[in-house]
Amino acid sequence: MAEHKKEIDKLSGVETTGHEWDGLKELNNPLPKWWLYLFYATIVWSVGYWVLMPSWPLVSDYTSGLLGHSQRANVHREFEAAMSERAETGNQLMEASLEEIRSTPELLEFALASGGAAFADNCAPCHGTGATGFEGYPNLQDDVWIWGGSMDDILQTISYGVRSEHPDTRFGEMLAFGRDEILNDDEISAVANYVAAELAGTEPEDGADLDTGATVYMDNCAACHGDEGLGSKELGAPNLTAPNYLYGNTVEAIEAQVNNPRHGVMPPWIDRLGETTVKSLAVYVHSLGGGQ
Amino acid sequence: MSAWKKHEIFEKNSLILTIGIVVMISIGGLVEIVPLYYLKSTIEETEGMRPYTPLELAGRNIYVREGCYTCHSQQIRPLRDELERYGPYSLAAESMYDRPFQWGSKRTGPDLARVGGKYSDEWHRDHLINPRSVSPTSVMPGYPFLAENKLDTRDIREHLELNAVYGVPYTEEQIQYARADLVAQANPDRGDIDGFEERYPGVAARAFDGDPSDVTEMDALVAYLQMLGTLVDFELYDNNANLR
Ligand code: HEC
Ligand code: HEC
Ligand code: HEC
Repeated sequence: MAEHKKEIDKLSGVETTGHEWDGLKELNNPLPKWWLYLFYATIVWSVGYWVLMPSWPLVSDYTSGLLGHSQRANVHREFEAAMSERAETGNQLMEASLEEIRSTPELLEFALASGGAAFADNCAPCHGTGATGFEGYPNLQDDVWIWGGSMDDILQTISYGVRSEHPDTRFGEMLAFGRDEILNDDEISAVANYVAAELAGTEPEDGADLDTGATVYMDNCAACHGDEGLGSKELGAPNLTAPNYLYGNTVEAIEAQVNNPRHGVMPPWIDRLGETTVKSLAVYVHSLGGGQ
Repeated sequence: MSAWKKHEIFEKNSLILTIGIVVMISIGGLVEIVPLYYLKSTIEETEGMRPYTPLELAGRNIYVREGCYTCHSQQIRPLRDELERYGPYSLAAESMYDRPFQWGSKRTGPDLARVGGKYSDEWHRDHLINPRSVSPTSVMPGYPFLAENKLDTRDIREHLELNAVYGVPYTEEQIQYARADLVAQANPDRGDIDGFEERYPGVAARAFDGDPSDVTEMDALVAYLQMLGTLVDFELYDNNANLR
């Protein structure tokens, strides 16, 4: 470093850095005091932090600090506190029958609130925010139930799902009459027209052979869907006289289903959400209008 | 005043200043990053973690390629509301085979760290092809081409090899049969499913895209989504042994 003479700026009385650019010189002002003391304060703060909070890595561990802070321990505590706050009402809910829940405003309110919240997070993506369903995902507002609309039925469906990976899942399959060549195209067309015209009440195609359709139906379909098409809750075979078909009730849609059934999957929720939330959900779904 | 005078050395010599900066940053790195490699407590003790199957790895590559991470995080933070909505908070162990991890920092859509098993394969297909078909107000873009594009499996073996270089414990067999295992998982009826089950015990194999005739990008992405967050067995996981 070349020594330079101390040069004082005449106007401000401050020393310059000694550099000059095209006649401009830089003043060598000290750091502002407020800034400097704040800087020192942060150093003091960091020392306190090292002592109190987890900070320095060691050879096989780290300093955990005098306060014993742990974000994970904190969240376990908060979570458990929230759970035990709800536990009392939750336990009552687990014990109570549907009638008891209905006649106890506190329980009903609890079930509908927590059931509604869980529905929005977990069920709405398939059944819709208003629970009115989409193609392939049943409407839960109406009183048409594939697997039953009593409190116990609904509870079981939600707990273990339908065609899910849970060992207790509800299960029912329809044969792939077209894909596996059990029926030929004419028979499939005839039975689809029969189902549309006689059970669903939609337009059959012109010149459809409804008599053949009726025979094919009785021979192949009635075992599961019933002679009258009312379906079977044990087999999960939908009621074919109901207004809402999962996959549509036009001749075309019915043909597609008979050719190669879709076999929709509903996931099991008991392990993911726990029994109290699942019970709340069942109360919520039951209350939507179609509960039996 | 004299300390400030010494500081002039840095202020007036750019080379010395540069060296000073490098030294300071190195200290930060040594103290903050290096210990994560040797401290046992960085990665929790868990049961159930395994490397990705070739199909899942291919799905993960598609997840990265399509930039799903720009809208989805895969990191459930230890906060009460997140636990209530998504389930147990994410553990470091759960991304130990992720290169790079997909924690993300933006949640335009929900966190996906535990989405595995939450929906059916069919729902994922419908949703990926057109999110509005199941979630009418969704702003997520549709990815209909995934169902049509055949999965490029030519370099899957190299992907496993590269991961092995980084320390992912793939066995030699797993690397050797990478392509066969990929096909078997998406197409159990045609591929060598016994070999696959031997190399990846207990892993689900099925036509994830609903069509057993070939292996599409949809197969891979849905297989990946369906395993997210399902590996660690939380019944056996000891919360208290892993407080941080
Ligand atoms: C991945 C999509 C999906 C999700 C998520 C889902 N469901 Fe379902 N759910 C279905 C499908 C598909 C069916 C019809 C299955 C069949 O074909 O029988 C169904 C059927 C049902 C049924 C029986 C309907 C009947 O007519 O018997 C109930 C009740 C039900 N779901 C409630 C729920 C609840 C409550 C949730 C949230 C915890 C939920 N579902 C989440 C897809 C889903
Ligand atoms: C082994 C029992 C069984 C037999 C036999 C059977 N079904 Fe089914 N059917 C089911 C089940 C279970 C479902 C629900 C499957 C699904 O979701 O794909 C179903 C669904 C349907 C549906 C769709 C209903 C909707 O809501 O969209 C139609 C239509 C149908 N069956 C028609 C037929 C016809 C026509 C036949 C005879 C050719 C037949 N089924 C024979 C069990 C059966
Ligand atoms: C522009 C932002 C955006 C991008 C990019 C995006 N998503 Fe989404 N995603 C969303 C939003 C918003 C939702 C919530 C609404 C819905 O269900 O569609 C969502 C929902 C989801 C869900 C359902 C999560 C749940 O728990 O309900 C999955 C799974 C998903 N996205 C996967 C993906 C995949 C895989 C990709 C990449 C191929 C992707 N997303 C790309 C915004 C995005």
